[in-house]
Amino acid sequence: MRDARADVRRPVGLRLWLSGGWLSLLTLAAIFAPLIAPQDPLAQDLFLGRLPPFWESGTEPGFYLGTDSLGRDVLSRILYGARLALIVALVAGTLTCLIGATLGLIAGYYRGWPDRIISRFVDIWMAFPPVLFSILLIAVLGPGLVSIIIAIVIIDWTRFARVIRAEAISQGAMDYVASAQVAGRTKFGTMLAEILPNVLPTIVALLTLEMGIAVIIEAILSFVNLSISTDSPTWGGMISEGRISVHQAWWVLVFPLITLFLTVLSFSQLGEGLKDRFDPVLR
Amino acid sequence: MSAYLSIRNLSVALKGGGPILRRVSLDVHPGQVHGLVGESGAGKSMIGKAVLGTLPRALQVTGGEIWLDGVNLETLPPSERRRRIGATAALIPQDPLTALNPSKRIGPQITRRLVDILGWSRADAQNRALELLAEVHIPEPARVMRNYPHELSGGMRQRILIAAAFAAEPQLIIADEPTTALDVTVQKQILRLIAQMQARHGTALMFVTHDLGVVSKVCDSLSVLYAGLVVENARMRRFFTRPIHPYSAALLAATPTYTDPFGSLKPVPQNVITAVETEVSQHDRRTGA
Ligand SMILES: Nc1ncnc2c1ncn2[C@@H]1O[C@H](COP(=O)(O)OP(=O)(O)OP(=O)(O)O)[C@@H](O)[C@H]1O
Ligand SMILES: [Mg+2]
Repeated sequence: MRDARADVRRPVGLRLWLSGGWLSLLTLAAIFAPLIAPQDPLAQDLFLGRLPPFWESGTEPGFYLGTDSLGRDVLSRILYGARLALIVALVAGTLTCLIGATLGLIAGYYRGWPDRIISRFVDIWMAFPPVLFSILLIAVLGPGLVSIIIAIVIIDWTRFARVIRAEAISQGAMDYVASAQVAGRTKFGTMLAEILPNVLPTIVALLTLEMGIAVIIEAILSFVNLSISTDSPTWGGMISEGRISVHQAWWVLVFPLITLFLTVLSFSQLGEGLKDRFDPVLR
Repeated sequence: MSAYLSIRNLSVALKGGGPILRRVSLDVHPGQVHGLVGESGAGKSMIGKAVLGTLPRALQVTGGEIWLDGVNLETLPPSERRRRIGATAALIPQDPLTALNPSKRIGPQITRRLVDILGWSRADAQNRALELLAEVHIPEPARVMRNYPHELSGGMRQRILIAAAFAAEPQLIIADEPTTALDVTVQKQILRLIAQMQARHGTALMFVTHDLGVVSKVCDSLSVLYAGLVVENARMRRFFTRPIHPYSAALLAATPTYTDPFGSLKPVPQNVITAVETEVSQHDRRTGA
C-alpha cells in the first residue's frame, strides 16, 4: 500500500555546493575586504604600474594578481568591487522579486480586471529595449548606487510578473484551491496560504537568477561609465579599463572578468539547485 | 421529511452568454444519497460548484435559490456564506492528484478546517484525523500524516480526501465523480468506502456520476440531467422499474451493468436526443434565455 516514493533521499548535489561555496566566499570577501585586501584599492603608484600576477617574473610582494596601468592592486580592487556587486545583487534582486512576484501572483490568481491592468502594463513595459532604457534612466536620475538599483528594478520586474502569473494561473485551476475555499478560506488567504507555497520554488530560482542579472547590469553600467563615481572600484569599471591595455597587461581584464563570470554562473546554478530542493514534487 | 439541501430553479449562465444550468430543482435529504447523472458536459459538476460557491470565474448564478438547512445561501453575504458552507458541507473531488496541495503535508490538510472553522484544539484535530485515516483503512496513519501528497498513490490520496471530507462531521458531502480518476479495481473499494462512511455517519450525500450502475448501488434518489435541464427527479426504486422521461429510459437501456452485464453499450437513440433537444429549446424560449 505504502509508496516507496516517500523514502527517496535527495543529495544536495555538487552544483549546489560549488555555487553556494563561491558565493559564500565572495560574501565573506566583500564583508571583510578592508581587513583582507593586501593594498588600498585606490592607491596609485606609477612606479608599480602593470605589475604581472605573482607567478610571473618582475612582480613585487603583496600584489598577487598584478596591478593596472596606474599601479592599483587588481586583487584588492576585485575584493572591494565585490561589495558593490553584492549590494546591488541583493537589494535590486530582492526588490525586483518582491514587486514582480506580487503583481504576477495577483494577476494570475485574481484574473479579471487586476490581470488585465497588470498584463497590459507588462506588455507595454516590455516593448522598451532594456539596456537603452536603463542608460536613459541613469542619465535622468544621475549615476549612483540608488539609481542603478532603481534602474534594475524598473527594467526587470516584468520577468517575475510574467512567470509567476503563469504559475499562479495553473495552480489556481487545481482542485485543492476549490477545496480550500469550501473549507472557508478567503480568496486572499487562499492566495497566500495555498498558491504562494507552490510558486515559491520558482520565485527562489528567479530571484537568484535575477541577482546574477543585477550583477551583469551593474557591470555593464560601470563599463559605459554610468555607475558609481569612477574612483570606487567596480568589476565593470575594471573590465572597461583593462580592455584598453589588454595586450600589455591581460590580467587587468581577465581577473575581474573571471570573477564576474563565476559569480553570475553561481547565482543561476544556485537558483536551479534550490528549486530542485525546495520543490516537494520530484522532477 | 424536509430536505437538507434544496435547490429551486437554479440557473447558471456564462457571463454575457448562454445558459449552463436551466432552472434546476432537486432535493437532498438528511442521511440519504442523491445521484446526479447525465452525460459529460450536462452540468453535473456546476450544480455542485454552485452550491459550494466555487463556480469558475466565467460563470455566474443568474437566478433561483439554494436552501441549505433552511437558509437561502443566495441571500447571504459572501463571508457568511463561506462560513456556513465551511461548517456544514464538504467536497470529495474528482481528481485526487490535484485535490491536495502538493507543498503541504497531509496532516495539516485534514486538520485545518477543524482548527480554523470549528475551533478545535490542535491535539483534538490531530487525534480526529488519525481516527479517520484508520477508518478509511490507511495503514500507519501517523506516518501518512507527515507525508507529502506526491509520496502517496492515487487510491491512498482519494481515501485521505474521503477522510478529510468526513472529518468535521459535515451534514452534506458533495462527491463529484470521486472514482473516475482511479483504476477499476480501486474504484470498487473507494465506492464501497464512501457508501460505508455515508451510512455510518448519516451524512447527506450528493453523488455525481455518469454511471447508472453505480447509482443503482449507492443512491436513494436521483436527478437526470441533460444540457443543464433536469429531465427527471425520481426515487430509486421507481426510476429503475418505471423511468418516466424517454431520455431516462434510453439512458437506462444504455447501461449494460443494469440491463444485462454482457450486453454492448447501446447509444441513446437519435429520436430521443432530438426530442430532449426540442424540450431544451422550448424551455429556453419559455424562460426567455
Ligand atoms: N470554466 C468554464 N468556463 C466556461 N464554461 C464552462 C467552464 N466549465 C464548464 N463549463 C461549461 O459548463 C457546462 C457544464 O460543465 P460541467 O463540468 O458541469 O459538466 P459535467 O456534467 O460535470 O461533465 P463531466 O461528466 O465531463 O464532468 C459544459 O458545457 C462546459 O462547457
Ligand atoms: Mg464534472
